Amino acid sequence: MILSILVLTALASAFGLLLGYAAVRFRVEGDPLVDQIDALLPQTQCGQCGYPGCKPYATAIANGEADINQCPPGGEAGIQKLADLLGVEAKPLNPENGEEKDKLVAIIIEQDCIGCTLCIQACPVDAILGAAKKMHTVIEAECTGCELCVEPCPVDCIKMVPIRTGLPDWKWPKPRVPVESRL
Amino acid sequence: MKRMLWKFHGGLHLPGHKTLSNQTPIQAAPLPDFLVFPLRQHIGETAVPVVKVGDKVLKGQVIAKAKGYVSVPVHASSSGTVVAIEARPVPHPSGMFADCIVMQTDGADQWIDLNPVIDYPTLSQSALRNKLREAGIVGLGGAGFPTFIKVNPGSQLPIETLVINGAECEPYITCDDLLMRERSKGIISGIEILQHLVQAKEVLIAIEDNKPEAIRMMQQAASNNTLIRVVPIPTVYPTGGEKQLIRVLTGKEIPSKKLPADIGVICVNPGTAYAIHRAIHHGEPLISRIVTLTGRALTNPGNLETLIGTPVKDLITSAGGETEQIDRLLMGGPMMGIALNTDNIPVIKTTNCLLAAAPDELSTPSTAQPCIRCGDCARACPADLLPQQLYWFARSEEMQQAESYHLFDCIECGCCEAVCPSQIPLVQYYRFAKSDILEAERERLQADKARLRHEAREARVIRLENEHQAKLAEKKARLAKARTSDDSKKDEIAAAIARVKAKKSNQETEP
Repeated sequence: MILSILVLTALASAFGLLLGYAAVRFRVEGDPLVDQIDALLPQTQCGQCGYPGCKPYATAIANGEADINQCPPGGEAGIQKLADLLGVEAKPLNPENGEEKDKLVAIIIEQDCIGCTLCIQACPVDAILGAAKKMHTVIEAECTGCELCVEPCPVDCIKMVPIRTGLPDWKWPKPRVPVESRL
Repeated sequence: MKRMLWKFHGGLHLPGHKTLSNQTPIQAAPLPDFLVFPLRQHIGETAVPVVKVGDKVLKGQVIAKAKGYVSVPVHASSSGTVVAIEARPVPHPSGMFADCIVMQTDGADQWIDLNPVIDYPTLSQSALRNKLREAGIVGLGGAGFPTFIKVNPGSQLPIETLVINGAECEPYITCDDLLMRERSKGIISGIEILQHLVQAKEVLIAIEDNKPEAIRMMQQAASNNTLIRVVPIPTVYPTGGEKQLIRVLTGKEIPSKKLPADIGVICVNPGTAYAIHRAIHHGEPLISRIVTLTGRALTNPGNLETLIGTPVKDLITSAGGETEQIDRLLMGGPMMGIALNTDNIPVIKTTNCLLAAAPDELSTPSTAQPCIRCGDCARACPADLLPQQLYWFARSEEMQQAESYHLFDCIECGCCEAVCPSQIPLVQYYRFAKSDILEAERERLQADKARLRHEAREARVIRLENEHQAKLAEKKARLAKARTSDDSKKDEIAAAIARVKAKKSNQETEP
């Protein structure tokens, strides 16, 4: 009786120490789930989800504060990926956050630009180049299409246009050959 | 001594239809009125125009310069005037328009001054490679990969074997056959330059055994070079696929996602070798190629030496084609060619064949039946893949699964589709899946970049805010310090006022 208690106590404390050591030794910095969610988000940094960027939204999802259907740029495909990652049901995009649309880029109508730098301050990815009282321009390759620069512009010289697609990023369509039915 | 050959998995014996176009010698295509040069003729970067509308250009003049590393210049293929730089239809499965330089020929066909290399072995390897680049030479057999990069596999691995791919396994196409018959000396001379560049231990010229005349001519031309051997290989489609051919010749398998150079082999088309010969020994850039014009809708099929940029329409007309009789027009062969919806596009560097098919010539499945899981596709696949599995994954868009079943090892040869009893357009599914995966990859890279830029910006905003706060705190501290020593400041001010007063009274008394 006493022997078995002793043996079990010894075992329990040995494993407890081992686990305690492992918890310190193999500690994971940060929240891996947040990074996993963040990796699935489109990084538009548009704030349509109600959070100031993709990472805060990912953190909110990980903490259970936000739902997975609040990201319009990610769209249905993005929601599906989040649902797969988190093991929950996919749901349609919340219309309160906006609607899914084709990817756009901002362009500045340069002759109208007064050089106020408001758009530069609004751009979350530093994709607008310019200085005070100097004409600004958008670096199209870096623009995520978040539209955050459109509203601050006092002279409405920023337009959102569809991305120009060229031969290199043309995509083969999915075959649409009808399957003959045998009814 | 007969060389030992190996076999690859699958493959098909297809009716050749080669005699349709290989009965007549190569003829020169007539000089067209207009030439159209797409700025993007191969994978890699698009070339940048260096001429303006209205410029007079000579034959062989650079009209667009290379941009970036995987890029070669574009040359005018005749003399004339640039009349437009605009978007035109180009040979591409999308049927999309792309930027082209359009020139009107003047009929003089006047060359620029040509600078042949007199003694190429005296040039350094890199100078010689640069010559190939300046001459705009790309692989003429397949995707048009710039040759100067191909022959520069890096110093990590010596090249054992240089393979000249004269298999020409796809039905209908005979341009390499005719080139090897008629210009074997030039090809051998180009091969010698290539051999000098890559320092291969042996050179194998692989030719399918349905081209006895080409084999004979090449053997004759190569007879006084002991390094070069002509190897007749069995006629099986797609033995001209790079990986399949290397397997047949050396028994070596190229690992997934690796290149032939990774196992010490380089594979070059005879047309490319001939272009290298012209570039080095004659100084001529790549401005023409042999194009097979074939198909039963043409009354006068054959092989034409065609200037790059010649409109397809002109070629079809000169081969006796009536537009009404052409049911389908393909660029390339019936297995891997792309269907053209217009003949208003130019011949580019990679155009090996134009197939104008009569209505009953090619099978055009209009409906597909359900997959019956017969497995014929897997037996036919020369890349040893599971086409049926890939089809299911592509259809249900399970791209990760498709990738794990080595979708990217598919060479799109069309064997699976050809044997499919249900006539499912399998290759189309694989192409769709591949481009979908590549697009997702591009988007992911873009997102990663945006994330980095956003994080960098956040960090900067915080840093600037901290710096601002620090400055404010410093200012506050200075003010507080000043207040404690207030009296000394008052004394200073009083002293200053006294000075000014003294100065004023001086000024008043002086005059």
